[in-house]
Amino acid sequence: MDEMHKPSRRAFLRGSAAVAAGTVAGAASAQSADPLITDVQDWASITGAGVDETPYGMPIEYESHVVRRNVEWLTASPISSINFTPIHALEGTITPQGCAFERHHSGAIEMKKDDYRLMINGLVDKPLVFTYADLERFPRENHVYFCECAANTGMEWAGAQLNGVQFTHGMIHNMEYTGVPLRALLNEAGLGAAGDLRDKWVYVEGADASSNGRSIPMEKALDDVLVAFKANGEALRMEHGYPVRLVVPGWEGNMWVKWIRRIEVSDTPTESREETSKYTDVLEDGIARKWTWVMDAKSVITSPSPQMPIEHGKGPLVISGLAWSGHGQITRVDVSKDGGITWETARLGKQGDTKALTRFYHDINWDGAPMLLQARAMDETGYVQPTKEQLRDVRGENSVYHNNCIQTWYVNAEGIAENVEVS
Amino acid sequence: EREGAFGLGREALVEELAAWDVDVLPDGRGLPIGTGNALDGEELFADRCAACHGDFAEGVDNWPVLAGGFNTLADEDPVKTVGSYWPHLSTVYDYVYRSMPFGEAGTLSPDETYAIVAYILYSNDLIDDEFELSNKTLGSFEMPNKDGFVIDDRPEAEYAAWSAEPCMSNCKDEVTVTMRSVFLVNTPEDGGSESV
Repeated sequence: MDEMHKPSRRAFLRGSAAVAAGTVAGAASAQSADPLITDVQDWASITGAGVDETPYGMPIEYESHVVRRNVEWLTASPISSINFTPIHALEGTITPQGCAFERHHSGAIEMKKDDYRLMINGLVDKPLVFTYADLERFPRENHVYFCECAANTGMEWAGAQLNGVQFTHGMIHNMEYTGVPLRALLNEAGLGAAGDLRDKWVYVEGADASSNGRSIPMEKALDDVLVAFKANGEALRMEHGYPVRLVVPGWEGNMWVKWIRRIEVSDTPTESREETSKYTDVLEDGIARKWTWVMDAKSVITSPSPQMPIEHGKGPLVISGLAWSGHGQITRVDVSKDGGITWETARLGKQGDTKALTRFYHDINWDGAPMLLQARAMDETGYVQPTKEQLRDVRGENSVYHNNCIQTWYVNAEGIAENVEVS
Repeated sequence: EREGAFGLGREALVEELAAWDVDVLPDGRGLPIGTGNALDGEELFADRCAACHGDFAEGVDNWPVLAGGFNTLADEDPVKTVGSYWPHLSTVYDYVYRSMPFGEAGTLSPDETYAIVAYILYSNDLIDDEFELSNKTLGSFEMPNKDGFVIDDRPEAEYAAWSAEPCMSNCKDEVTVTMRSVFLVNTPEDGGSESV
């Protein structure tokens, strides 16, 4: 290549400076000296908080917008309801437990470890009762997994409805779990009595009034299901199942039974309320799918988004988002700025874990023109995240659950983003 | 001791299993001995259930509708009730006995539960008011939508078609915005109410 036409580092720096001077507020465009620099600030003079002030800290008050939020009209009672993780404001992949979404059917119950009991019964050689202390004596594993509510994005089936990624995609969290493989507990009770395991099931239920009982095929139970008692390094939060919950990698959040108290080996699924009346997906002809356990590949741009407008003007812009798949690892995420006419492949923040949130970035130089932003995830099976039209062509608009469609944000020339649907 | 076992935990006692293992299977296995009819159930339902679910199981405000909605599942707005949607009567017994009334779960006797379930069937015009629902009759009762479910068929219906190398350029001629959420009023002001 002709040396003259290679962009030199020096030219690049000059170019960047010119852009910055024209658009960026604050220090970069200051005409006079910045008093935040020239004046001695209090924090550089007097002292801060002592180490004995906060035994267990909360985020600084300036981050008070990074909180769970609910939408009252969605449910009849806040006791059997949902709230939303502020994914618009988070980065990386690990969800802070304190703002990780909640979904309860009869409220978040308070149980001491000493009061905790886990029963294993049914087609086992010896029905067992474990205490919490017993569970801590089994060999442990650590894994990062996403927990996505089956209803995440469910309000958006018939159109663009809620104006914020927290509300359209925030029924999700991603934590590092410590626990015991369910197979180890089943082995302790003995599966000889169950005979051929291929057609057997486990029925799991919680200690709360709703019980949230669900049937899981034995193959999954013996594969990667965890009985977890720690998340992100510490005990589970009360609202996430303290002291013990089920972790069912890649599968719909409803099956991640909290406050788990009983595991029954059975020769048939129980067909409980949570797998008949709920968590079944009505198709256009009125027939419903049942046992739609896996959460398919999905992604969303978290910034820019309706709660994260572009406030810095033209120039360098970080497009940041999340991708995940219940089938395994995310292998690729594409981003479109024109509503799906052209796509560019984004980069992954780092290669994500299997069945875990994966961060992607697409760094652009925004010229101030309106954009129709989309992201499209691919997983290791080759599955490509579909559009909402593709999903509706197969399923209609009333399946409630499992909406993994490509999301579109319309970003106008002022940098304001809206939730839209496009042709 | 079994290979790989640690000898942790202790054997569950019969009384403990009876207290917690109360789930009922579609064929009726797990049902406690008992009986009830819609006449008895009507009174119980009025007392324990109707404040949320309505005198005729028709639902109050946003609380669930338990009756009606027949032949609406393919409509624009399906009404999914015990009568129109639920495939097994076992689930109704199991769920009511275990988890209802909301806020007072686990307080119904087996006979009371049979009676309330009978009243829900009666409200759906599926039985007459003298039908005796019991551990002998419940497991064989056929619900209208028993054949309304298929096992997850995404692998055949979707995955094969959506696993091709995707289009990267000139994927469509033009794009127009067809719907905007800002024209709706459903997103809470100031980004939503804070959860407590």
